[in-house]
Amino acid sequence: MKELLIGKLGWESLPHEWFTIGAAVTFIAMGLVVALVITRLKRWKWLWKEWLTSVDPKKIGIMYFIVAGLMLLRGGLDAIMIWVQQALSTGSSQGFLTADHFQQIFTAHGNIMVFFVAMGFVSGLINYIVPLQIGARDLASPFLNTLGFWLYVAGVIMVNMFFLLGGEYAATGWLGVAPLSGREFSPGVGVDYMIWSLQISGIGTTLGAINFIMTILRMRAPGMTLKKMPLFTWGSLCSMIMAVTVFPLLTATLFLLFFDRYFGTHFFTTTAGGDPMMYTNLIWMWGHPEVYILMLPSFGIFSEVVSTFSRKRIASYTSNVVGMIGVSLFALSVWLHHFFTMGAGANVNAFFGLMTMVIAIPTTVLVFTWIATMYRGRIRFTTPMLWFLGFVGLFSVGGMTGVLLAVPPADFQLHNSLFLVAHFHTMVIGGVLFGIFAGIAYWFPKIAGIRLNERIGKYAFWCWLIGFLMAFTPLYVLGIMGATRRLNHYDASTGWRPFFIMALVGGIIIMVGVALQFVQIIASFIQRRQLIDVTGDPWDGPSLEWSTASPPPSYNFTVIPQVASRDAYWEMKQQGLPEHTFEDIHMPKNTASGIYISVFAFLAGFGFVWNIVWLIIASILGIIICVIARTFNEETEYTLTAEEVEKLESARIKRALAAHASKDEGSAGDMGLLEFVQVVIKWALDVVKSKRWRSW
Amino acid sequence: MTKRRYKFSQGRTIGLTLLGLVSLGLLTSVMLRGNDVALFMPKGSIAREQHSLMMFAVALMLVVAIPTLIIFYFFAWRYRESNNKATYEPNVSHGKFFVLSLWLIPSVIVLTLAHTMWPATHKLDPHRSIASDAKPLTIQVVALRWKWLFIYPEQSIATVNFVQVPIGTPIQFELTADETPMSSFWIPQLGGQLYAMTGHANRLNLMADTQGDYTGRSAEINGAGFAGMKFIARASSKEDFDLWVQKVQLSSNVLNTGEYEKLLKPSENNPANLYSVAQPDLYDTVLMKYSGSHRNHTEHE
Repeated sequence: MKELLIGKLGWESLPHEWFTIGAAVTFIAMGLVVALVITRLKRWKWLWKEWLTSVDPKKIGIMYFIVAGLMLLRGGLDAIMIWVQQALSTGSSQGFLTADHFQQIFTAHGNIMVFFVAMGFVSGLINYIVPLQIGARDLASPFLNTLGFWLYVAGVIMVNMFFLLGGEYAATGWLGVAPLSGREFSPGVGVDYMIWSLQISGIGTTLGAINFIMTILRMRAPGMTLKKMPLFTWGSLCSMIMAVTVFPLLTATLFLLFFDRYFGTHFFTTTAGGDPMMYTNLIWMWGHPEVYILMLPSFGIFSEVVSTFSRKRIASYTSNVVGMIGVSLFALSVWLHHFFTMGAGANVNAFFGLMTMVIAIPTTVLVFTWIATMYRGRIRFTTPMLWFLGFVGLFSVGGMTGVLLAVPPADFQLHNSLFLVAHFHTMVIGGVLFGIFAGIAYWFPKIAGIRLNERIGKYAFWCWLIGFLMAFTPLYVLGIMGATRRLNHYDASTGWRPFFIMALVGGIIIMVGVALQFVQIIASFIQRRQLIDVTGDPWDGPSLEWSTASPPPSYNFTVIPQVASRDAYWEMKQQGLPEHTFEDIHMPKNTASGIYISVFAFLAGFGFVWNIVWLIIASILGIIICVIARTFNEETEYTLTAEEVEKLESARIKRALAAHASKDEGSAGDMGLLEFVQVVIKWALDVVKSKRWRSW
Repeated sequence: MTKRRYKFSQGRTIGLTLLGLVSLGLLTSVMLRGNDVALFMPKGSIAREQHSLMMFAVALMLVVAIPTLIIFYFFAWRYRESNNKATYEPNVSHGKFFVLSLWLIPSVIVLTLAHTMWPATHKLDPHRSIASDAKPLTIQVVALRWKWLFIYPEQSIATVNFVQVPIGTPIQFELTADETPMSSFWIPQLGGQLYAMTGHANRLNLMADTQGDYTGRSAEINGAGFAGMKFIARASSKEDFDLWVQKVQLSSNVLNTGEYEKLLKPSENNPANLYSVAQPDLYDTVLMKYSGSHRNHTEHE
């Protein structure tokens, strides 16, 4: 009876270890505080109507940033725990984590950083910026977009759910390699949580990608041919096409693994004709392109940044675009380089080695176009530009170590070592994450209407760069010393410890950088009257997103722009801006269907994890009913009449003029850390003195 | 807060960055002193060739990377906004030659490297026997949770977490696993790794050329005891090796079915152990257990 009702759940599934209890208490406390604040401010209805059910890609983009930012802290905490364990655990000391717990931590770290931090930030940027860059008012399918976001949130909750129920995550490495992830070697619920977390968010990614391909191909402003598209949009298009190509592979592979675990089939088992090598192939056929899915939007961001801040068009736009397309095509044919060491023949290995090296050609071309863009430019060293300058140095190192790893005989020595770990962190941090940070700093004025504090931003950049070098140089060295990845303990005689300690110090410096980034955002809002952007174009930007207000109205553009050339807005600024005429605007209505479907998807996944059959059936029925109900809903749009738009516009202009008048030009630049601390202390003292807190 | 402090000083930044990188390099080399740097201290022919191939690849890539990075950061400094002397030309048009060289330079480097890589991959294919006058020695390796079992079929001995080989003799490691997730057999100072998988016989050819004790381990995660799954590979003279074999052959510690069943049970941080072998076809028995999916890599070649 109990089986039927709650499956494998039992009292022992409740938190009972220090980390699960700690996490559960933290989650519940944070949830209560947030709920209390919202209730107190009477904002529940507003939250639901204006944000949660919104189909506006700008709001969804911001929600992606918030979730991904929280997950960055969560994944960063895992990273620190890994570093601390490795700095402690040598010789007779076993560190503070058991082997199993350590393995769960690095698995969760990998899953969270790739799926929920990098993918989250990238999706957020694409959501916010791409429609603006192509001069569109909304997306091809606004509903798919909100559904994609909420499935991502369901994945985020699923990946953290084990703290509350179950107490264990997968201990298999982030890809869940078979047969280690099979029922025989991982009987617990950890792998199931991983499967369903990735499965649900992966389906969301596929849907989002379809939507963005449609949007970019069908909804560009009149005159914007593919060859006039901004480079970030190009990067996003390449990335999304790759996502649609390979994410179904992930879905299928995870389903097969799930069948093995749930129904006892033999796709990837060691016995009864199963083949674990097939899993390795399938997962990397998705896994390698995934890296480029994250990388390509960053390439696009850097192209925008270097062009804007050099006040110069990108050099050889065509080579840049062909380079990005080349990267995405070749990226589909290199997956085997992740397991040269499995023992394929020399011809197979040499072929995949060659394909991998070939990718270095288009990426080098991209770097060359950026160099040529700076040539005879006028370079402003803003924070986005600093992230770019740091990126090129790290990316060169990462690229070279990547090509080195692509030489099969060298890979036999470097594979699975910390050298490999250092290599891909150079790419994912130095490439993807620096790109995201550059993008956020670059577009923040557009998103929030205020420029980010440059001074603290620069501190954050230097912390990240120095911390990165301190943390990952020792990992390269350790790999050369023969240290494999994922060791929870090593002999004292190896002499590795100083390097692990140095890495930990680097990790702490990176964390300071992360903290400074949060401080930077808060400090910018404190100084908002000074940092406000009333023009909509604070950097003298080249593309259409800068032609509208900061932050843009829900309909993005009052008049859909006519595009005549590349860098359309630069051109318009030189030619003179077109006349304003107001027109009726059709906008999509908000919908909660995405949330309902995602709740059911989460419950179905939860049912599969714990083997609760009635919950699975009910949830799947729920999903089907929601989808059918949604398709019958024909009133999905509303119209803003030309008069309403005119009213909104004049109100906005009035506000902008008022803000401009009250803009605080007098003070001496962006506040530093010291001032920030002073302001915060003063504010805290004020609150205490005024006794306002008592009414809470 | 004065405006002056906020001003960006390029010179100072460049100087500090260079200083930082140099001190990072110095710190690393000081910390390295007196330690084994496995990949740079090869003790076997394969490891030696892999090492020199890596050095060649790195050198070749630096030929492009160093000038590129110098030009990159020089341009960034040279065309800074505050430098009034630098030309500003927003509409530089780049000719066909420029585009051609964009693509040509990396292509030449990659093709050069590929030209070396392709034959080297064949030459250093782990399945390939090492050419030598000495008669090769076969050692069968079974990855178990979480220890390595070595069987010397010709010598009728077996070891756990310890393997001794004569120098100057090609060694054929036959790799498989039993009731263990994929593992990777790696002795960095002798040469690269290869996976040990249930139902597969993977062959790794190595040859030690210097006497000494070298660490080997599993490089692929395979469960809770992964970090402790390491062993000593001892390279000794031919004579010492023969003496050692004789000694082990006399051991009263016999590896029979019962003893093997014990080894199959998961255990962590196993000490080295030596056996004489009662069952010479143990390795084949292990492989046949998985005959439903049995595939032998080396037979395809």
